[in-house]
Amino acid sequence: MEYFKKHYFLYLMLSPALILTLIFKYGPMYGAIIAFKDFSPIKGILGSEWVGLYNFEKFLSSPNFEVIFMNTLKLSFFGLILSFPVPILLALMLNQVRRAGVKKNIQLFLYAPNFISVVVVVGMLFIFLSPTGPINQLFSWITGEPVMFMSRPEYFRWIYILSDIWTGAGWASIIYVAALANVDPELHNAANLDGANLLQRIRHIDLPTIRPIMAIVFILAAGGIMSIGFEKAYLMQTATNLPTSEIIPTYVYKIGLQSGDYAYSAAVGLFNSIINVILLLTVNFTVKKLNEGEGLY
Amino acid sequence: MFVKHSRLDRFMLALNAAFLTLAVLIVILPLIYVVIASFMDPSVLLSQGLSFKISDWSTEGYKMILTNPAMLRGFANAVFYASAFAVLTVMVSVCAGYALSDDRMKGKGFFMTLFLFTMFFGGGLVPTYLLVKNLGLLDTVWAVIIPGAVNVWNIILSRTFFKGVPNELKEASNVDGASEMRIFFSIVLPLSKPIIFVLALYAFVGQWNSYFDAMIYLDNPNLHPLQLVLRSILIQNQVDPGMISDQLAAAEMKRLSEIIKYAAIVVSSLPLIIMYPFFQKYFEKGVMVGSIK
Repeated sequence: MEYFKKHYFLYLMLSPALILTLIFKYGPMYGAIIAFKDFSPIKGILGSEWVGLYNFEKFLSSPNFEVIFMNTLKLSFFGLILSFPVPILLALMLNQVRRAGVKKNIQLFLYAPNFISVVVVVGMLFIFLSPTGPINQLFSWITGEPVMFMSRPEYFRWIYILSDIWTGAGWASIIYVAALANVDPELHNAANLDGANLLQRIRHIDLPTIRPIMAIVFILAAGGIMSIGFEKAYLMQTATNLPTSEIIPTYVYKIGLQSGDYAYSAAVGLFNSIINVILLLTVNFTVKKLNEGEGLY
Repeated sequence: MFVKHSRLDRFMLALNAAFLTLAVLIVILPLIYVVIASFMDPSVLLSQGLSFKISDWSTEGYKMILTNPAMLRGFANAVFYASAFAVLTVMVSVCAGYALSDDRMKGKGFFMTLFLFTMFFGGGLVPTYLLVKNLGLLDTVWAVIIPGAVNVWNIILSRTFFKGVPNELKEASNVDGASEMRIFFSIVLPLSKPIIFVLALYAFVGQWNSYFDAMIYLDNPNLHPLQLVLRSILIQNQVDPGMISDQLAAAEMKRLSEIIKYAAIVVSSLPLIIMYPFFQKYFEKGVMVGSIK
């Protein structure tokens, strides 16, 4: 009590964040028990009947399950594999630019798309890739026929991932650029005297420097593999690209908020979160093993 | 001091320069295209694509966008949401970060775990929506501003910052008899401008560019932020009828819809793109501090 009287101010300072977190983060976790209930909004969360794993079984046995689950996994997995190396390459390339002014200007350009909203990025995709858009003007000129990029399921993943790289790779390179700036130039000098060429120096000096950061970035990205952006996928969906563009988050939104099947939707969402946590822990464990004990936890 | 380059190295460096140039071009050409297209004469743009004849220029798209009531309202709403959100989230994060940076606080580890857990696990979309609904926040501006106000990343960011403030400073004032509150407000807070600025920038940009919360929580179009208006113009292809007077036919609508899209993109992205070079170092600082856990 004595302690609390003396330091109440600290707890007072913490309280807004704590209260908001309890309400808006832990509240929904409590609310997620509707996934195990036959939820009716009239009876409320407590009043509704328990149905056990019924909603989960319904999802797992539905014909949609495999398609949607694999769509989610493929989109995130390929996205991770393709976009993870790009910022690292950019940073290594930027690191070779010796004139500080030039480097700053290149960075200024490369970071810019990060400040463009997802709505605008997707809007630009629709305009650029439309049958009469600039990309298709080029294609028609070469092949004589426009390509229906946005409505064909086979292009969805490519468009999604490549545009993600366009938006975010430059920005994601910041952290590597900063780490590389801390490398002692003497190291490079010494290696050079020993006859190491540029590629060898990058491999033996630059890469080991950024390896711990690579590990952390990779773990965080892999941990988010199932929480892949609803926002962009939903905007990019067209009636005809659904076979590849329907992913768990967009499905949850549609059955939950658009069709009002709250309990079922909550179960699908919960299923997704749990897979996500399992993935995060697995990847963290594996990277830690490979990376001499350096993981996130 | 520079390393002396061998011939192979010089070749590699030239290749490097070429690739970087290519990367820059890939990034900025689409943006330049949009800006040029937005100033095109709509009919020319529709029939033959980009043209560089001066006579083909027009500002029709901008006239449409800048006189469109939905667009202007969206703009005003976005300014409000982004500012209010920035103020709230900065207050909450800075206060919590300060408390958690103080070694005298008991239970710090517990609270940190409580916050960190929410980064990796959540209740999900539907339970969150039901909560916001039950709290009576649906279709109010609060639904956009409050639920996302606590951001664990921001708390970590400010905690890291306050850990760097020397303890002696606090102790000295403590000896002088200043209360904890006094110390925070008159000594620590004035030193915190950098972190406040970084967090506010991030929050403002993030909220300015977001559409999702507004889409699920706000039915009333009068409350819609800019990004939702853009969504209907760019993605749902709904050019507001009010934008083009009633007598004009569908052909006119078609003629103008492309140019309106380009102009809308420029108008909505311009504020951030202009402001960002000035704040680049602060954004970078945010990324850097955030990465040190």
